[in-house]
Amino acid sequence: MSEPYIVVQDLAKRFQIAERDPGLWGALKGIANRRYRSVEALHGVSFEIGRGELVGYIGPNGAGKSTTIKVLSGILVPSSGHCSVAGLTPWKSRVEHVARIGVVFGQRTQLWWDLPVIESFELLRDIYRVPAASYARERDELVALLDLEPLLDVPVRQLSLGQRMRADLAASLLHDPDILFLDEPTIGLDAISKLAMRSFIQARNAERGTTVLLTTHDMDDVEALCSRVMLINHGTLLMDGTVADLRSDRRRVVVDFESVPDLTGAHAARIVSRSGERVVFEVESRVAEFVAEVTASYPVHDLTVDHPPIEETVAELYRQAPGRQAAAAEGAAGD
Amino acid sequence: MTSRTFLAIVAVRCKMLLQYRAAALAGFGTQLFWGFIKVMVFVAFYASAVVEPPMTFAQVLVYVWLGQALLALLPWNVDKEIAEQIRSGGVAYELLRPVDLYGFWFARTLAFRLAPTLLRMVPMLVFTYFMMPWVGLEDWALPAPASAASGWLFLLSALATLLLSTAVTMILHISLMWTISGEGFNRMMPGVVPLFAGLIVPLPLFPDWLQGFLYWQPFRGLADVPFRIYSGHIPADAALLEVAMQLGWSALLIGFGMALLTRARHNLVVQGG
Repeated sequence: MSEPYIVVQDLAKRFQIAERDPGLWGALKGIANRRYRSVEALHGVSFEIGRGELVGYIGPNGAGKSTTIKVLSGILVPSSGHCSVAGLTPWKSRVEHVARIGVVFGQRTQLWWDLPVIESFELLRDIYRVPAASYARERDELVALLDLEPLLDVPVRQLSLGQRMRADLAASLLHDPDILFLDEPTIGLDAISKLAMRSFIQARNAERGTTVLLTTHDMDDVEALCSRVMLINHGTLLMDGTVADLRSDRRRVVVDFESVPDLTGAHAARIVSRSGERVVFEVESRVAEFVAEVTASYPVHDLTVDHPPIEETVAELYRQAPGRQAAAAEGAAGD
Repeated sequence: MTSRTFLAIVAVRCKMLLQYRAAALAGFGTQLFWGFIKVMVFVAFYASAVVEPPMTFAQVLVYVWLGQALLALLPWNVDKEIAEQIRSGGVAYELLRPVDLYGFWFARTLAFRLAPTLLRMVPMLVFTYFMMPWVGLEDWALPAPASAASGWLFLLSALATLLLSTAVTMILHISLMWTISGEGFNRMMPGVVPLFAGLIVPLPLFPDWLQGFLYWQPFRGLADVPFRIYSGHIPADAALLEVAMQLGWSALLIGFGMALLTRARHNLVVQGG
């Protein structure tokens, strides 16, 4: 890995949430004695990202992904820990920091709802103080790449989700930032928009060396884009590796037998499912041996070997996560 | 924040707010109606006065009609869009912009005070200054400024009023970060601001023992000062000092708002995700 560009050390963020019991009595009690529950969104997260990396950041809902992005983009001040993005602490040098980054939150637009897209762009040009020449260059390139020409005069509120997301992505890049934080950029998009989004992000990373940190629930995003994946749950980083690491060594072997086979006790392989002539096995290792054995023992019509779906591996990792009980206990502890 | 950035934000927001012409027209009707009622009250009041009032009737007319024309300039309400942004947590995303948050909001708030005022002020001034004498209501119409100097100084003072009003509105906006719904402040301000600005009763008509207090409170700069400069009740040679006081209060309240925002920023909680 090259010189770390983004450094996160022991980052923790606690939120205080006011709680009250349900009902009228609960509301009255809440006036006299307000209880707060402390929710730990980040629990000592550390990682480093090199310049020009494209990193996927995954985890279930409420794992702490967005909180991390918000701290990195200078919106949130963490409870403790250190963080440096290209040499600056985001929440300390916010103005200087945000001028060099681009951020897209898939769940909400940063464009001005009532303005036509082009006027939002022009306002951003003035806010980021982008010189006229480089603004024109960036705008034209983004409009061409993201196919925005027909949308420029349309008020943002009239755009479809896919169109809005493209406009949002363009808006985040008008000032040519070196670093791009994308929080669920493909959420709710159709297949075509997703593919367009992915190829754009990939090209930007490859051609300009833009460092990208991207959160998503879509494992296809991760597979298509990210050389590196970090997995977070309950505010703790559980894995930091490659997409290949997410894939276990296990293989799915789908066998279509000539006739319904009698497999009782014949093989060590786990049977995932069977219906009629089709049986799906899961094999830990030595796949070739297993295949040879099956084809030798039974008349086989067809056979395919595949990875288990990455979603299943990830879901398993989510479930394994430590702290599930801990979090429940913390919730019950009250003030 | 550069002035180009500042003006771009003001311009965009004004453009959006200037779309609400129907609301402005309705507002014009209501304010005209109330203006007439106020004028009639003062006609009766001045007809039965046993001692010489501290303001001439012409000066009161200026006070009433300018008050109606510049009503939207008073900082008694909040920008619903900013309130909604705070409620929904959208305010956090403003922090993604490489500008000082106070300046960013100040520009928007300035537009929020300016655009509706412009929309209502123009028809009100045209009607009360030009049309009323024309239809035979010259006794009740808006008089001309006391002198050319008074007129220019009024414009200067009105700009200071815009600044002061924006500074007060900013404090209302920032206080929303604590109360979220803003009901407390929002309900108090429509009572407090017009009274102390002089819009219920012109401040010079209050009893003498209150004058000291009324002089040293910031809301006076929102209406009383510019109106009295226009009518010459504050003579032209004393006007600059009054404008300086308006600016002094603005600076003080801007400083307070900035400090408040710095504190709020550290308590920021973004709901969800």
